[in-house]
Amino acid sequence: MDDTKRYERLRERYLNGDLDRRKFLGLIGAAGLAYGLQTPFARYAFAATEQVRFDGWGGVVSEAFRKYAFDPFTEKTGITVVDGTFGGGDEYLSRVKASQPGEYNIAHLSGVFDYARYAGLGLNSELDESKIPNLQFVIPKLTDVFRKVTDGSLSCVPYDYGTTGIAYNRKYISDEEAKEKGAKLLIDEAYKGKIGGWADWRTRIWYGSLQTDQDPNNATDMEAVWNAIRTNRDLLLKYWTSGAELMSLLAEEEIYVTEGWSGRIYALQEQGHDIGYIDPPNGFGWQECLFVIKGSPMAACEELLNFMLAPETSIAVAEGQSYPPALDPTKVNLGEKIPKLPAFDPTGTLDGLTFADPTYWNGHEQEWSKMFGRIQKGY
Amino acid sequence: MGIEARQARQPWILLSPALTAVTLLLFVPLAFIVVYSFWLRTATGADQAGFYLDNWREALGDAFYRDILLSTLRIAAITTVVCALVGYPAAYFIARSRGNKAILLLLLMLPFWISYIIRTMSWINILGVSGALNWLLQTIGFVDEPVQMLYNETTVILGLVHFLLPFMILNVYVALEGIDVSLEDAACSLGSTRWQAFREVTLPLSLPGLAAGGLLCFVLSAGTYITPLVLGGPRDAMFANLVFEAVITQLNWPLGSALSLMLLAILGSLVLIYNHFLGMGQLMKGLG
Repeated sequence: MDDTKRYERLRERYLNGDLDRRKFLGLIGAAGLAYGLQTPFARYAFAATEQVRFDGWGGVVSEAFRKYAFDPFTEKTGITVVDGTFGGGDEYLSRVKASQPGEYNIAHLSGVFDYARYAGLGLNSELDESKIPNLQFVIPKLTDVFRKVTDGSLSCVPYDYGTTGIAYNRKYISDEEAKEKGAKLLIDEAYKGKIGGWADWRTRIWYGSLQTDQDPNNATDMEAVWNAIRTNRDLLLKYWTSGAELMSLLAEEEIYVTEGWSGRIYALQEQGHDIGYIDPPNGFGWQECLFVIKGSPMAACEELLNFMLAPETSIAVAEGQSYPPALDPTKVNLGEKIPKLPAFDPTGTLDGLTFADPTYWNGHEQEWSKMFGRIQKGY
Repeated sequence: MGIEARQARQPWILLSPALTAVTLLLFVPLAFIVVYSFWLRTATGADQAGFYLDNWREALGDAFYRDILLSTLRIAAITTVVCALVGYPAAYFIARSRGNKAILLLLLMLPFWISYIIRTMSWINILGVSGALNWLLQTIGFVDEPVQMLYNETTVILGLVHFLLPFMILNVYVALEGIDVSLEDAACSLGSTRWQAFREVTLPLSLPGLAAGGLLCFVLSAGTYITPLVLGGPRDAMFANLVFEAVITQLNWPLGSALSLMLLAILGSLVLIYNHFLGMGQLMKGLG
């Protein structure tokens, strides 16, 4: 019975004298209240099975995802992908922690340490890999590291990888100088006030380790690392907080040198800016994954992940966002553009990249993030 | 029920939606924050419920937080003074102008139609190395190389003044509008100069508006987080940035709660002091 019929019956009873005026209006009011209360929530309930929320890094990366993956996926399946953005993994984790289960579904997370943090907080799900046959095309090394964290199961699929290397304006810094100085370019007095740096404690400590000739995954002299971070801070123009800000600072020549994300720097080069990029020895390599958060509609999420891992989608997204895909180049022909992207490994072994050790970094997270916060502010 | 009892109940019935909203959206979350401030963050980032004083000990005893708090209050005070110095003449001009008052007030409200973040970021295009001001200075031959003007405390204060000036002007304007202009004329007819009449009559009578504007500017600037993030350099963080960092970067919600309550207590005390001496009526007039 629809609402109109219900109202007509009620009105008839009132006109017949079965209900007094007070009761009739009371019932109408109660119906209105119930309708008003349930309507906004019903919208979410009805939409729950028809949409998936995806959160990523914004800018050119989100544009590539929207254009090459989400729109074609919606067209094919009818499932809407609502995409949001975040400025950093820490900020996003905080949002997820504050949310209700199911509010956030898939996130474009960076690094195995983020995967381990989500698992540590019980926010991981368990993917049914039989629903994601395109997982077979992924570089096995990228998948294995995630399996180790979650006892053999997966809560994500690897999607791309890249590096945080050193970006410099060739008008002021030559390729030779950048190569010779490497990470120490970021603590070179000659560029005081023209150096930028990501306000991310891991990156700062990683580069602090390189500047003090230590293993970034096992620094033994942390005092030296903190001092290198202080030196870098005193030479900085600004700590940047997003990819868009990084690109703007370099493009506007506010800064001449900074560490930067390989894909964003490639995007700047494509726009015609004369920006050089090098990965110093033991440069910061990372992989990104599409992580499914606990409480998400698993069937729809798995369908989206499988669609996104399909070679044609994955390659198109990779070309759009300028990061090499997680697809194994020995199994899939990646075309002409991807082999030219920074950080690309044609062997599919990724042996040339140094990734962050999740046990080492997550074990020190609380202490180091706090310490960096203080140094960042002049202490 | 008698008519008197019904009449006594009526204001509460009318107020009940607003009171419910304030209770649910302000006091209940605030109570959660108070409870959170006594919890602990575990190594995994999860929160450990209980009654621990560790966060409060750290927030109150650590010189790092005290120094940033003092720096925040200093920046807020400078911003308020600059807003008062710049805003008072503007408000006076609007209040005493004839005919075009509505247009001037509309112009004053125009910035509110644009997002605060966009207004803050617009300074990058004005003061940046390749911004409008550097272009102008180079074009007229005043400088050979672009001048580095951004990312320091001055630009943070500039951004805050840009954001808060309309609040000051509106409050002072409301106070000036309430002053009978013939009072100044009367003072002049009794032998005082225009300046003396302003100093002895108009200025004292408009002080409540100036104080209301000052309170708003101070409280809003002391709690700001975006401006130092966008326009500040490495050493220009304000207290709200510490709260953000504790909650977001360090995932330490309990400490973030303690820090935010600390800031709330200080700014709340200022509001109470203001209310004690001047009352909230003037503030409401300005906001209205």
